[in-house]
Amino acid sequence: MNELAIKDLLYKLADDQLILGHRNSEWTGFGPILEEDIAFSSMAQDKIGHSLAFYTLLQELGEAEPDTVAFTRNANQFHNSQLVELPNGEYDFSLIRHFLYDNAEIIRFEMLSQSSYEPIAKVATKLKGEVKYHVLHANTWIKNLGASTEEAILRLQSALDEAIPYALGMFEPSKYEQELIESGVYAGEEAVKTAWLQRIKTVIEKTELKLPDLSTIEPRFGGRYGEHTEHLQPLLDEMAEVFKIDPTAEW
Amino acid sequence: MYGGGNVFEATKFDDLQTEDPVKLAEFEARIARGEKIEPNDWMPQLYRKQLIRMIEQHAHSEIIGALPEGTWITRAPGFRRKMAQMAKVQDEVGHAQLLYSAAETLGKTREQMLTDLINGKSKYSNVFNYPAFTWADSNIISWLIDAGAIVNQMANAKGSYGPYSRALERICAEEAFHLKYGHDAVVHMATGTPKQREMIQAALNRWWPPIMTFFGPSDKMSTHTETLMRWKVKMASNDECRQQFLDMYVPKIWELGLTVPDPNLKKNMETGQWEYTEPDWDEFKRVINGDGPCNAERLAVRRTAEERGAWVRRALLNPKAKYVRPLA
Repeated sequence: MNELAIKDLLYKLADDQLILGHRNSEWTGFGPILEEDIAFSSMAQDKIGHSLAFYTLLQELGEAEPDTVAFTRNANQFHNSQLVELPNGEYDFSLIRHFLYDNAEIIRFEMLSQSSYEPIAKVATKLKGEVKYHVLHANTWIKNLGASTEEAILRLQSALDEAIPYALGMFEPSKYEQELIESGVYAGEEAVKTAWLQRIKTVIEKTELKLPDLSTIEPRFGGRYGEHTEHLQPLLDEMAEVFKIDPTAEW
Repeated sequence: MYGGGNVFEATKFDDLQTEDPVKLAEFEARIARGEKIEPNDWMPQLYRKQLIRMIEQHAHSEIIGALPEGTWITRAPGFRRKMAQMAKVQDEVGHAQLLYSAAETLGKTREQMLTDLINGKSKYSNVFNYPAFTWADSNIISWLIDAGAIVNQMANAKGSYGPYSRALERICAEEAFHLKYGHDAVVHMATGTPKQREMIQAALNRWWPPIMTFFGPSDKMSTHTETLMRWKVKMASNDECRQQFLDMYVPKIWELGLTVPDPNLKKNMETGQWEYTEPDWDEFKRVINGDGPCNAERLAVRRTAEERGAWVRRALLNPKAKYVRPLA
């Protein structure tokens, strides 16, 4: 098994979840209703917990310990998709991002639970039950708001249009794509994308929203190999603000 | 997190003269027997009014209290603290949800309560009008403010209004974890590097005066609470709570090698009471009435959140909206 390929896969999984978890946590205290504060905070805790599980697998493969990996790298060393680093914006954007992201995440976790690389399979099997609730939350809200007031529909549509190129960026192929597929570690981004499209279409069809024509949209690739928007570095600086006062201290 | 304190000002007991004396006597007898009053039971208007006010202020304190610590969620150092800080602040928001529901049983809607909060008509715990400058401030809040809240809430959990006392029981169980979390974080700081020790001492110095006012004005200054105590709305006096807090936590602070910034603080072994420099009650009043370091900021944040979320609430109320039942 090519260890570099496995690490490449683990880094993108872990970084996506850490950064989205961080963004979700920014809703604590600011949600449109208290129940949504609580929901986003719950998902944030799950996501960050999941990222920790994957960073721990990386540590077992010889990488630095999770705190060091998460709190001391710069943006150009991060492998997350650009979608997750974008600012929360209004609730419409956060909800759409959550919907687009978690409907892909659930597929990834299902596939990974069948992975030939057993440590990943174990973690994915254990955690996919939590992702199921994230998807349920996103889909319920999209169906609800996506068929409600004109104002809500317009807002969600515009957030969807804005987020779609970044969402497609989630499926940026790995350098090791063929190898991962052939060795049965991971079914690959194309497979995730196909299943994802099916899932999101089913939900969107139940609303008054329209999925943009994806053939005309250029995916925002680059995130998997350190190319990020201007929003990631400030997020990381904030995350590490206290940690970096003394990285050797026990907080 | 809530310390009580400023809840019972401006009570007009003349109101009681308009109540049916037979019903009033029966109501008081039920409370004396230790029964709980439930939402549909008869109750004097004054009881209803005071409870709404108290539960509402408590709920507001939870959501406003989430702000100073919430700022540190995105900055918490390391995975362990990051996850715990998120869970802790989320609990506080959850407490607000529970408490707004308890207050709604008395006839005031959550929307109205939130409107009164952002208009400055209803209050919240004064302590959250002070800033959390550093991570260490957040630790001191998690430990000592939550500790104070537990003292107050354990007492109020024995109160007479069923929904409030049940909510408080659940809240106290969670606060007990917050206390452990806060204590653990403070221990790490106080026994850590010189920089960490300096940070935590500075935070304690900043937070001590607000902590001392957390339970509200001295009993010498607050009046008219006998009826509320007989009705088991107010369960312990401000000074009783303060003494209990000092008794439980000053030794723990000293144990960590930290200094309490009050040269007069000591326990009088003859009376068993703590003696301390009288808190600055003029400042307390000034801050309660809006002129504190963070009043404007806290309310502005809350107001912005309400305004930004208004379209979501309008959409939820839309009669065309379909309720999608989750299939979990």
